Amino acid sequence: MSDLPPRAISGPVPPAGFLDAASGEPLHPAALAAWPQAARSGGDPARLYGAGRRARLALDSARGLVAEVLGCRPDEVSFPASGTQAVHLAVAGLALGRRRLGAHAVAGAVEHSAVLHALELVAARGEPAPAPAPPGASGTSLVGVDPGGRVDAEAFAAALRPQTALACLQTANHEVGTVQPVDQVHAACQSAGVPLVVDAAQSVGRGPLPAGWDVLTASAHKWGGPAGVGVLAVRTGVRWRSPWPADERSSDPRVPGFEDVAGVVAAAAALGAVTAAAPAEDARLRTLVQRLRHDVPSAVPDTVVLGHPDLCLPHLVTFSFLYVHGEALLGELDRAGFAATSGSACSASSLQPSHVLVAMGALTHGNLRVSLPRGVAAADIDRFLAVLPGAVARVRAAAGASGL
Amino acid sequence: MSPEVTVVDARGLRCPMPVLELARRTAAGQLPTGATVHLLSDDPAAAVDVPAWCAMRGHAYLGEQPQPDGSRAYVVRLGG
Repeated sequence: MSDLPPRAISGPVPPAGFLDAASGEPLHPAALAAWPQAARSGGDPARLYGAGRRARLALDSARGLVAEVLGCRPDEVSFPASGTQAVHLAVAGLALGRRRLGAHAVAGAVEHSAVLHALELVAARGEPAPAPAPPGASGTSLVGVDPGGRVDAEAFAAALRPQTALACLQTANHEVGTVQPVDQVHAACQSAGVPLVVDAAQSVGRGPLPAGWDVLTASAHKWGGPAGVGVLAVRTGVRWRSPWPADERSSDPRVPGFEDVAGVVAAAAALGAVTAAAPAEDARLRTLVQRLRHDVPSAVPDTVVLGHPDLCLPHLVTFSFLYVHGEALLGELDRAGFAATSGSACSASSLQPSHVLVAMGALTHGNLRVSLPRGVAAADIDRFLAVLPGAVARVRAAAGASGL
Repeated sequence: MSPEVTVVDARGLRCPMPVLELARRTAAGQLPTGATVHLLSDDPAAAVDVPAWCAMRGHAYLGEQPQPDGSRAYVVRLGG
């Protein structure tokens, strides 16, 4: 609408129809602006000559900014090569640091698959227990969720054992947007002496983060930084041990190898920009998401809106449409110029429905996740709302489901 | 088991077809309220989608029974 203030020139302008921010956002202009100079400077931050010192300075400044956003000390922050690698390192490092306690882990049932796969590794890697293994010494206890996808904090606390090496809980769910009770679960973990890994990939740069974590992971391309930059933050005093071979040449004891200094600088620049804009942009996106939550079920019959209606991310909403083939719907939307994703089995390489939808007991077919990138035009949502009912109707008609 | 069980064989079909098949075979007037339907399916999504469909359509979901061929019978009572 014309009476709205124009978007700031420096803000992100995502491609029209791009509604898959939860997978990764297009590069933020601040990242694009910061990268060339940092890339041209070069320099090994572990070296003492001029270019090395300048690289070190740029890296330290980026680290300081990220630490400030996360609410931790700069020396607690590392930059592995992706959010997935950060999760792997978080879990493997705690499993190694606490291997004498056992190889048992506790996690929410709707964690990202990177977390669940990393936990399989923990169970496999625990210190050989004196035979016979004490009951409860290994394996992962998955804590169930309510129909909105929210983890039961009391059940989580009850699942912690003396042999629990670590626990994992996301800030918010990547498929349905439900915010998890991180601070409450962290308090329970502290009482039990168990470190909590918090996967904050969907939340960093979108308003305040919970303070209750021992190890935190994130991914720069979810906030408009470049792909190839993950974030691993380990609070001082947490018994985390690097699962990698030592690398005394690296400036970071947690991640071996030469950092992508320019990538980290660009990621920090984007994070600074989106954090500054977050209060206003979150509110704008929340309004657009509320419109989708309200308008889609009235325009499309037999729609289920998934996730918690209030305790949710500002930019993400997920629907399931009865009798709809999820992959066919993505195709219809793609032809209309919209990029979105689905947790339905037919759109997954495994042909298994999303474990998140299964844990929630939600309709798994006809699933559609819509996640709004920062800077999305309201007109894009208007057009999406105009296109979606026809797209669903065509898929239903093709399957012979009309009128059922 | 009641003799009036209607069996809907959706083996070999992937989502959303098993639930769609169930909907077609139970569409208005074909079966009386209270009728029991067994949906045979080997699609893992059916375990979640059949109860979800029952909740949306006001039917009672009575559980699943493993079948000798590895598929499952999802038991539904129409009209709750």
